[in-house]
Amino acid sequence: MLDLISNEGVTVGDQGLAESPLAVRGLTVSYGQKPAVFSVDMTVQPGAMTAIIGPNGAGKSTLLKAALGIVSPLSGQVTVFGQPLEKQRARIAYVPQRASVDWDFPTRVIDVVLMGLSRELGLLGRVRARHKACAMDCLNRVGMRDFADRQIGQLSGGQQQRVFLARALAQGADLYLLDEPFAGVDAATEKAIIAVLKSLKEAGKTVVVVHHDLATVTDYFDHVFLINTRKVAEGPVAESFTAETLQSAYGGRLATAQIDQLSRAQG
Amino acid sequence: MSGEEFVPLSLTPLLIGTFAAIACALPGNFLVLRKQALIGDAISHVVLPGIVVAFLVTGTISTWPMMLGAAGAAVVAVVLIEAIRRLGQIEPGAAMGVVFTTMFAAGVLLLEQTDTSTVHLDVEHALYGNLESLIWLDATGWSSLLDIEALAGLPPELPRIALTLVGVTLFTWLFWRPLKISTFDEGFARTIGIRTGVLGMALVITAAIAAVAAFDAVGSIIVIAMFICPPAAARMLTNRLETQIAWSVLFATASAVSGYVLAGYGPLWLGGADAVSAAGMIATMSGLILAAAATFGPCRARIGAHTSA
Repeated sequence: MLDLISNEGVTVGDQGLAESPLAVRGLTVSYGQKPAVFSVDMTVQPGAMTAIIGPNGAGKSTLLKAALGIVSPLSGQVTVFGQPLEKQRARIAYVPQRASVDWDFPTRVIDVVLMGLSRELGLLGRVRARHKACAMDCLNRVGMRDFADRQIGQLSGGQQQRVFLARALAQGADLYLLDEPFAGVDAATEKAIIAVLKSLKEAGKTVVVVHHDLATVTDYFDHVFLINTRKVAEGPVAESFTAETLQSAYGGRLATAQIDQLSRAQG
Repeated sequence: MSGEEFVPLSLTPLLIGTFAAIACALPGNFLVLRKQALIGDAISHVVLPGIVVAFLVTGTISTWPMMLGAAGAAVVAVVLIEAIRRLGQIEPGAAMGVVFTTMFAAGVLLLEQTDTSTVHLDVEHALYGNLESLIWLDATGWSSLLDIEALAGLPPELPRIALTLVGVTLFTWLFWRPLKISTFDEGFARTIGIRTGVLGMALVITAAIAAVAAFDAVGSIIVIAMFICPPAAARMLTNRLETQIAWSVLFATASAVSGYVLAGYGPLWLGGADAVSAAGMIATMSGLILAAAATFGPCRARIGAHTSA
């Protein structure tokens, strides 16, 4: 924050804005009297895997939803690859929380993945063999190829999460935003998802994940963004994921012993 | 039955009943999946203030002002419901409850406080419509379908509901993809640029127009039944939305045709003397189809329930 105020800092900050796949300035969102996210700045690093971390109700998902225009912020600016969000929608893929949709919906796995191609298909464009092939390929990447014709309600939670990831892959985006993709999934799914995300990073894509498992942060991510309504810390894991920043984000809610353990794990 | 008898007496009520049933069942598919199916119930209540206001403004009980008043009230109601739902972040059912009871009460108040109370508002007509009376006396047989003079004597409800059905079908066909995506996953829909608020509003307004057009021809019982019964029965036969829509159209048609025939002849077959209300019978048939689907349909289990574990 401080170096943004100095002259040098402003220049650095603005350059960061232009290059960043997702830059947020002064974002405030409120669902009622209390703000869920208050005056948050975030500059996502290109080609990195960033975890958004914070206690329950800290505004992690809200930050993501406001950045995507799903909820309207009270104030603040969002730029995607240096341009307004609306101009860059085709370059973003979003994986919502699994629990946010009704899995009883009458549709098959392949149809959900094909939703990722809807910008390409337009209003009335027909689903052709190449679209189906693309969807099958994306299902294959998450290990769900054999489930293409299943009704989505017949899948386990982990399988549903993988289908959501396949839909995001079908979008062929440059920036991937995932809301709690590891919540309530089995170990095999977690491994499959992280492998796909790492392959995206290797292909030069940017990945941002709302994450709740502090124990895996150092293994999975290179950048962290700590939030508790306000921004607590932002930067490379080694610098910003420390006992101090965690204590400041979680306060008394995180036992000191846990923090010690975590800092030992990464140190 | 010969064409000379069928065409003037039964063809138009059958067509009107069928078109009304399909026009309500089509948007009903999305409304049921969005847990907004009670909108049919809501609309049939809120048309009252619209009709009263239309009477106060024009001073006559003629069809067009009444329909415009009813449609206006329905649109005001669905806009209010959507606004309350989104701004208050509450269940759609709660928002509907608040709006339609308030508007219905306003309608009753308006009716009592002005000199409209001398006008006879027939409850039975509002509930059951007058499907049996929508006959085509100018017709002499099948050949009348090509006779321009005879066609001019068609009950005006028929072209009105046919036009409504065309509109509803076009809307569903044109916005099929965004409707499906935003009904399943609204958050994702917004990130790919679908204006979900506008689309949701367009859906309920389309439903409102279908309801008012059907309400005018066949009464509110069919409207309420057709928004829910055919789509809900169809959902239990398939796990694909495309197939569900096809089944719902088939069920709506089957209810309309069988209900109309049974209302006319059923009591005679049972040894009774009089026919019963066609609209009531059509609604009953759709309910029986729903009951059968709920008992025997292959997809009737709540599949989501056991996967969460």
